[in-house]
Amino acid sequence: MTRTIVAITAILLAGISAVVSAEVPLQRQAELLHLLKHDCGSCHGMRLEGGLGPALTAQRLAPYGIDFLALTIIQGRPGTPMPPWRPFVAEHEARWLAQQLKQGIRP
Amino acid sequence: MRLMRYLLSALLLYSGQASAECLTRGTGDMGIVIERADGSVQVVDRRAHKSLFRIEGLGDLSHASAVYSPDERYAYIFGRDGGLTRLDILCGTITHRVVQGGNSIGGAISQDGNLIAVSNYEPGGVKIFSASDLSLVADIPTTAVNSEKRAKTVGLVDAPDQRFVFSLYDTGETWIVDMTDPANPAIQKHKEIGQLPYDGLITRDGRYYIAGLFGQDGLALLDLWYPEKGTRLILKDYGKGEQKLPVYKMPHLEGWAMAGNRAFLPGVGHHQVLVVERGEWNPVTKIPVYGQPVFVMARPDGRQIWVNFAFPDNDTIQVIDTESLQVIKTLKPGKGALHMEFAPRGEEVWISIRDKNELQVYDTRSLELIHTLPAANPSGIFFTSRAHTTGL
Repeated sequence: MTRTIVAITAILLAGISAVVSAEVPLQRQAELLHLLKHDCGSCHGMRLEGGLGPALTAQRLAPYGIDFLALTIIQGRPGTPMPPWRPFVAEHEARWLAQQLKQGIRP
Repeated sequence: MRLMRYLLSALLLYSGQASAECLTRGTGDMGIVIERADGSVQVVDRRAHKSLFRIEGLGDLSHASAVYSPDERYAYIFGRDGGLTRLDILCGTITHRVVQGGNSIGGAISQDGNLIAVSNYEPGGVKIFSASDLSLVADIPTTAVNSEKRAKTVGLVDAPDQRFVFSLYDTGETWIVDMTDPANPAIQKHKEIGQLPYDGLITRDGRYYIAGLFGQDGLALLDLWYPEKGTRLILKDYGKGEQKLPVYKMPHLEGWAMAGNRAFLPGVGHHQVLVVERGEWNPVTKIPVYGQPVFVMARPDGRQIWVNFAFPDNDTIQVIDTESLQVIKTLKPGKGALHMEFAPRGEEVWISIRDKNELQVYDTRSLELIHTLPAANPSGIFFTSRAHTTGL
């Protein structure tokens, strides 16, 4: 019984800490969406339907996982025009952006 | 934000005229401003600093540009979503509109004013339309990249002798299309011009076409007096030994900055404006500037160069004196200073400030802000004098 409670508590705590680390304040979310629309949008299209860079629609991104997309945002893609956004976007923020993109957000 | 947008619309509605009645006036001191987020366009009187009309329903204008009919009455707007719209700027109305592609980047009007060419990313190619009714005249697909995709087209301009010139991003080509016989476009292809051309420009006299290269240092130059000689690489060593910075926005080459015998170009991946001597096209110098240049534009008399910058430095504009090659003024007009347009004789310059929902007008002699106008996320500004300029 005790063991079960400990296990459940551990799982809950792990869940909470994951949420906390991934949390992006509302104000910052708005800034990131503005960045996505206007600055990512200058290559990927303001509606993310593509430009010189590929579309960032949920359909187009379906083959890629959150980790891969977040890493692409942070590190860029050497050999292509995709620059690293590390100076402007933190890793947990990139993950949040990747999640939004996977869910089909249109900023 | 929404409230601000509403107030702005109300203000514009109040200051603009009802679209039902047409103006009776010349159009030589008029222009249009793209409102990128709303898919709308303002028609402005550039001398009165006044909005005349606001026209909605132009689709996705996130990367929009425009050209004018030779009589300066009609503006052709190229939208990101493949929309091509013909506006009557005296009546503030849309006369024709077609969605001709899936994803477009700009266009050009032919020397005789009868044809409109549109540059498409998706499907890759150029389509050419009748300027009077936007009916399709010619469809020019580009080189296949793979079984599903054709090369994206960039840097489409008009050239003398009823030609259009553009470059192919993925395959590194420059094509010349002669439309003398609209039913039979004659295409001349120049291959292996360099890696990943991202934009192109043509000199005011229509002689030289230059494609900027993203994939390597240098630019590909084509002499349109002798196209059979092919392209040659200029400024190929300009970045040598210097760390190339990440590029957060591709520069634009459209605002060809020529002052005297010198050309001023954005250095891709560098905080520099490159200066090159026309003719032999040898480098003269590099001017260090605040950020990575996007537009490098000459005041029409060639005395000053105005430069705006890529993210994260797009809150700044710098002015360079073309004699001393020094930055003489750094302006902080606000975040998202996206585009500049000079009055044809250069006394004023309009700058769109996206995040301030504002157009700013500067006196180019005093370098002081003299007027502001409201506009919803403004980007491109296009005055009617472009009607008579090759490449614009």
